[in-house]
Amino acid sequence: MNDAQKLCTFTLADLVFGVEVMNVQEVLRFQPMTRVPLASATVRGLINLRGQIVTAIDVRARLGFSTLSDAHEPMNVVLCTKDGVVSLLVDQIGDVLEVEPSTFERPPTTLPAVLRDVVRGVYKLEHGLLLLLDVERVVLLPEHRGVEDAA
Amino acid sequence: MAVEDDEIMREFLIESRENLLGLDRDFVALEQNPRDHALLSRIFRCVHTIKGTSGFLNLPSLEKLTHVGETQLSRLRDGEILLDTQATSALLAMVDGVRRVLASLETLGSEGSEDFSPIIAELAKIGQKQHRASAAPSPATVAAKTPPRVSVPAAPELVAAVVTPPVAAAPSAAPAVASAPSNVPTPSAHPAKVERLPVRQATRPAAPAVAAAPSPGEQDAARAASVAETAIRVDVALLDRVMNLVGELVLARNQILQYGAKSNDPGLVNASQRLNLLTTELQAGVMKTRMQPIGNVWTRFPRVVRDLANVCGKSVHVELEGSGTELDRSIIEAIKDPLMHAVRNAIDHGIESAERRVAAGKPASGRLTFRAYHEGGQVNIEVSDDGGGINTDKVRARAIERGLVAHERALRMNERELLHLIFLPGFSTAESVTHLSGRGVGMDVVKTNIEKIGGTVDISSERGIGTTLKIKIPLTLAIIPALIVASGGERFAIPQVNLLELVRLEGAQSRRGIETLHGTPLYRLRGNLLPLVFLNETLDLPGPGAGVDVINIVVLQADDRQFGLVVDGISDTEEIVVKPLGKELKRLDVFAGATIMGDGRVALILDVLGVARHAGVVSGGRDRGVAEPVAPTSAQAEPREMLLLFRAAGSERMAIPLALVARLEELAPERVERAGGREVVQYRGSILPLIRLDEDRPNGRRALYDPLKVIVYSEHGRSVGLVVDEILDVVDEVVRVEDAAAGRGLRGMAIVQGKVTDLLDVHAAIRRHDPAFFERKEAAA
Repeated sequence: MNDAQKLCTFTLADLVFGVEVMNVQEVLRFQPMTRVPLASATVRGLINLRGQIVTAIDVRARLGFSTLSDAHEPMNVVLCTKDGVVSLLVDQIGDVLEVEPSTFERPPTTLPAVLRDVVRGVYKLEHGLLLLLDVERVVLLPEHRGVEDAA
Repeated sequence: MAVEDDEIMREFLIESRENLLGLDRDFVALEQNPRDHALLSRIFRCVHTIKGTSGFLNLPSLEKLTHVGETQLSRLRDGEILLDTQATSALLAMVDGVRRVLASLETLGSEGSEDFSPIIAELAKIGQKQHRASAAPSPATVAAKTPPRVSVPAAPELVAAVVTPPVAAAPSAAPAVASAPSNVPTPSAHPAKVERLPVRQATRPAAPAVAAAPSPGEQDAARAASVAETAIRVDVALLDRVMNLVGELVLARNQILQYGAKSNDPGLVNASQRLNLLTTELQAGVMKTRMQPIGNVWTRFPRVVRDLANVCGKSVHVELEGSGTELDRSIIEAIKDPLMHAVRNAIDHGIESAERRVAAGKPASGRLTFRAYHEGGQVNIEVSDDGGGINTDKVRARAIERGLVAHERALRMNERELLHLIFLPGFSTAESVTHLSGRGVGMDVVKTNIEKIGGTVDISSERGIGTTLKIKIPLTLAIIPALIVASGGERFAIPQVNLLELVRLEGAQSRRGIETLHGTPLYRLRGNLLPLVFLNETLDLPGPGAGVDVINIVVLQADDRQFGLVVDGISDTEEIVVKPLGKELKRLDVFAGATIMGDGRVALILDVLGVARHAGVVSGGRDRGVAEPVAPTSAQAEPREMLLLFRAAGSERMAIPLALVARLEELAPERVERAGGREVVQYRGSILPLIRLDEDRPNGRRALYDPLKVIVYSEHGRSVGLVVDEILDVVDEVVRVEDAAAGRGLRGMAIVQGKVTDLLDVHAAIRRHDPAFFERKEAAA
């Protein structure tokens, strides 16, 4: 791994997450979206991103957090994954941070399973902890996981 | 330099692959007409080009292989030997070898390590037998001819010269022939050769002139050359991107049109109208660039057919009609495999052996016809053979044996329904499993693949005459006309191909129009029962709310069933651009994709078959396509059926086919005994298990009738008693089964004596009470 890594950070409830900037296509404010009947609660809807249809994933629902109050509109972090473009709905966008690999640690085993499932590790920053999100895992919805793991 | 080489290599690969396709076709044609000089010349040129370039690009094993092939081809062309089946096979094996090398070059960047010596040995054998048998050209002349032939490719420094002969082969460049002596027979330069070809001269008096005057084949080549000057190769990815952009433009146009319609500014209205026209034309133009003649897929078939027929020991010739019919690239890709399956089936199962054909008074060689044509915005593709047709009795027996369809149902099926059984998964009528087909995959794969791209498959067959498989597919998948509907505050697009009609019920009509039967909503559409599906319920959306007295029914076709989809509102038809859903949503089979509407919002496209399955209109399991079609397509008389009508708790009118009823009995309730956890009675010296149909009904209270009315049902020496409330009647009527409620222990429902009647699925009822009943029966039988 190269020395310093750039992470795009965002908050979700009381947690700070980061994803590698290379994975981030863009950051958007809340977009009107079309909800998808019968889909799991994790799929909040579909947004039109300049002609491309992008699935918006409610990360709070994905991690089993309470939903954000209606007054607060979530932001879109649009990611490029190996299966295409998806958008993560997060509470707030933070800065782009440079992190030192030396401050990295595997996720503590006491972390709730659902969180440990999507987190690659923790960066110990000066003022708090930064969770490195596993982009491929977070877009993998629970109902797919069994199939994917078997494959 | 290296980049240049890569470029040359890429060009070589593309060009060679096209050439090889042509080779397959030409060889098969040549086998039928071995003396066709133009064909031979074309084949020779083609192999020669590959050989020349492979020498230039330093591909020794490819060069060696094609060299031997070329040598033999030149002998064939010069009439020294005649093409027979063995020679064709050897030459085709060479073509396949070349293809493998090319594939390896493409993927691995090297020739691969395959040993071609068996193929080379096989090639070398060509013509040996003929020589001994006919001895037409004396051994001396063969020997005399050999040295120059070998010398050309053996000398690597001559490679540059070897590359030119494709040009040299064209008559205009005749002088160049002199530098490559053995390749083109020019009468003036080699008078001796002409003398050596008495056979060819006899059959084709014009042969010596071939080199002087361009043969038809060479004229074709010249024409092809001029086409090449006006056509360019375009990367498919680029085309796809342009197509996507046009899709975007269509959407932007839709938005502008919406604003334009609201505006009073004549300038904007004019400009938007013009934009509209231009976009439509541009869209059509770009679509055209993606169109390919279906012939591109078909060119492989004569070769495939030949090989398969040889393996089966049959003789089949291929006819292609409408090769120029154009289809979108994506569809061409999608139909390749289904068509191949169909071809395998036709040759393996359809066309009979030569002896049987002759015995039946048909020509010994079978005929396989491919036909393609446009019809009503769709493309029809037919694959017909003139074989023995499908034996529907065997189909029925096989379907029953495989448990694909219930016995009683199979007996009631008409020819068309029986034919459609072959589309079921796990069906195969071949007596022996051959390595071509008969593994029970085949027709169901064809059907699913075609349905995946929005097409339909139909089959017709006449015993002794032949079988025709008819595939209907849309022209393109990218932009489709769709009906936009609203439900639960959302918009949905329904592909127009599935749409039959729209029904709007207002006021009093809307309150009375919908009848329910056992909780199943139905609408009488011109006397036929149309099962209704409420989109709001199916998709878990909020209902339209109280006080709405308008009901919109969209009548749709799913598989061969019709149903009415009730939506909150119907807006308009629109051309929509189909966009795929992300992987996260692929699982939802009720949606076929999504599109972007004029206002920039996303709307989901309904997959009509998926909705029907979700709502239970069409069963998803093995019964798919078996159940009775709502509207039989043929005008043939519908079968009359004797039905026993009865009342059992939960349903006022039920019916079963009288054929299944052994006796009707009335039994005193005290005769009922319990054994093995079941109710039984002693009946005619044996034990008759009883099945209380009322137990099957939700919330049904057990009937306490005295005496008990029992329908005795017998099959294969075993009997069971069905306890019902009351026997009503026996009728003999034309029964049209509607499958709306099928699956809940019912076979469906029908109008009998003017009243809606449930048709009981006796087998299902018995199985629920005694799962082993039918197994024991089979053991006993």
